[in-house]
Amino acid sequence: MTPAIEISGVTKRYGSLTALDNVSLSVSRGEMFGLIGPDGAGKSSLYRILATLLSPDSGYARIDGLDSVADYRRLRSIIGYMPEKFSLYPDLTVSENLEFFASLFGVSVDDNFDLIESVFSQLRQFPDRKAGALSGGMKQKLALSCALIHRPRILLLDEPTTGVDAVSRSEFWDILSTLRDKGITIVVSTSYMDEATRCQRIAMIDNGRILDVDTPRRLISRLDENLFNASSSDMFSLLNHLRSMPEVIDCYTFGATLHVVGREDFNPDKAMDFLSHSGLPDVRIYPAKGDIEDLFIKLTRYEEQC
Amino acid sequence: MKLRILKALLKKEITLMQRNPLIPKIIIGMPLMVMLILPLVANLDVKDVNVAVVDNDHSSLSRRITADISASPFLTVIDVPLDHSGAIALVEKGDVDVILTVPPHFSRSLAICSGNASVDIEVNGVNATKGMLGGQYVSQSVLSTIKGWREENGVTEPTQPTGILYLYNPTLNFRNYMIPALMVVLLIIICGFLPALNLVSEKETGTIEAMNVTPVPRLLFVLSKLIPFWIVGMIVVTVGMLVGWIVYSLVPAGSIFLIYLAAILFSLVMSGLGVIIANRSASMLQSIFVMFAFIMVFQLMSGLFTPIGSMPGWARTITYAIPPRYFIEIMRAVYLKGAGFADLWFQFLTLVALAVLTLGLSALTYSKRS
Repeated sequence: MTPAIEISGVTKRYGSLTALDNVSLSVSRGEMFGLIGPDGAGKSSLYRILATLLSPDSGYARIDGLDSVADYRRLRSIIGYMPEKFSLYPDLTVSENLEFFASLFGVSVDDNFDLIESVFSQLRQFPDRKAGALSGGMKQKLALSCALIHRPRILLLDEPTTGVDAVSRSEFWDILSTLRDKGITIVVSTSYMDEATRCQRIAMIDNGRILDVDTPRRLISRLDENLFNASSSDMFSLLNHLRSMPEVIDCYTFGATLHVVGREDFNPDKAMDFLSHSGLPDVRIYPAKGDIEDLFIKLTRYEEQC
Repeated sequence: MKLRILKALLKKEITLMQRNPLIPKIIIGMPLMVMLILPLVANLDVKDVNVAVVDNDHSSLSRRITADISASPFLTVIDVPLDHSGAIALVEKGDVDVILTVPPHFSRSLAICSGNASVDIEVNGVNATKGMLGGQYVSQSVLSTIKGWREENGVTEPTQPTGILYLYNPTLNFRNYMIPALMVVLLIIICGFLPALNLVSEKETGTIEAMNVTPVPRLLFVLSKLIPFWIVGMIVVTVGMLVGWIVYSLVPAGSIFLIYLAAILFSLVMSGLGVIIANRSASMLQSIFVMFAFIMVFQLMSGLFTPIGSMPGWARTITYAIPPRYFIEIMRAVYLKGAGFADLWFQFLTLVALAVLTLGLSALTYSKRS
């Protein structure tokens, strides 16, 4: 069976700027796939290529076995795309927007209502409100409903929860889970760390390149080897001292403690001795469990080094 | 399939048009303003010419000359200064446009020498049109007074050797010249620039992204933007003709069918141009600036206000590329002269060619992908 999405060697340049650099990815059917990376990493360009709105300079993207350039007409009824920017008609009401998009695809709202029911349930209370007057979370739910109304097999969501409050975000992800259970492949990008862990696999993208693709758990566990907690009653001096040590790659505050990323030659006991002798009170250094946030920090540090 | 999509798109456009507070105002308010106010304002008729009479004769004839000037609907005698320098002072102040100086013993020398007497007419030439016509009005008035005075005194004038008959617009009413042409302003805005702004606004709000991933063909999408404005354009032309008839009693001397044909063709040309501008603009502001430049050139170089014949040769050549030129020529010829297709085939053919050109370019400059 062909994968839902297959991207191979895709490169896209805007003038001298390389937005995507030889990107290859594969997303299986029914998978919830996350794209994480800083702003300007190339996520939106990748989405636009998958949504048939942009042609790659080289390489190809196949969605459901169809080429994004050659078969764009057929693809448009297979994919559901929700752009980063709210893209419904603000002067049309909730139900007018939904019916409009349904009629463009030649389907009726009633026929496909079962699919959007979970998304649309709250919006049903005010079908005559104009889309522009909805709250951020409601807007995104309506946009998702409109992207789903033609029963797409693949859903492309570009930062769907940016600017949405925490409760609505959590609801939105619950809805995505139910959609995935219905067999829809979902590609979603996010800059919220808690959301990334809800994906089955995530790709870390930066500067137009894919850095790593794996399950969130495995990506994080790879961090653990050289990650340590450090604390002292004089945290600020501790931070400065650790940052000046050659065997420390990175050190940053993490909650109440510091996270230290060491090189292979970093020895926590030796470092503790050294720091105590330097006059720092109550120094403790011990192995830490990494989480997705450490991954993000690693990612942005990587960017700075480039 | 396609018809269903077009129907859905048109339904959306019409709903949005009804919800947009600006559109009905433009559709109703603009034609009324253009047809009711502009013909009165854009007027080259010269009225209210202010005259100062320096009467050095103090005869019954010179008083009659002054009285006749006052009686003219176009002329007003502002003052009767004692000497010429007083009159010049009034001109310098800007109160007076024309000075009429009647020399001493004018009526006597006219009676004795029979024709060898003369009056001076001096004209403020700052406003060329007003000065020229004002001078003519005063001299006509003086001549007719003298003619009447002589006839009463038993001197018969030889009949005038030449006479002028004005055809098509017998009263030389400038309004009759402007009203048919002013509809061009309405069509430029309604069929050219409103749909273009509408298209760019979809880019600005981001809705075009959502449209682009639907199976809607580009042509239908653009048509759905244009069709409502074409209909509105034809309604506005109809309203314009009705206003011309009811308010100014001006009806086309020629065929109304030709007027609508010209209006449709011209709307197509303007729509094509509008879509090209929209395709090339990223924001409403940007497209408005471009449109403003076009409106300026169209209004000043299409022959709407100033005759193309009096432009320099190179500018006259440029006007052939200006679409409103042809529409204005057709409208004036059909309205005032009752011209038919045989007289206007060149204008019609050019409009067809321009429509093909602009619509073709608008299709070429658009791409759904970047």
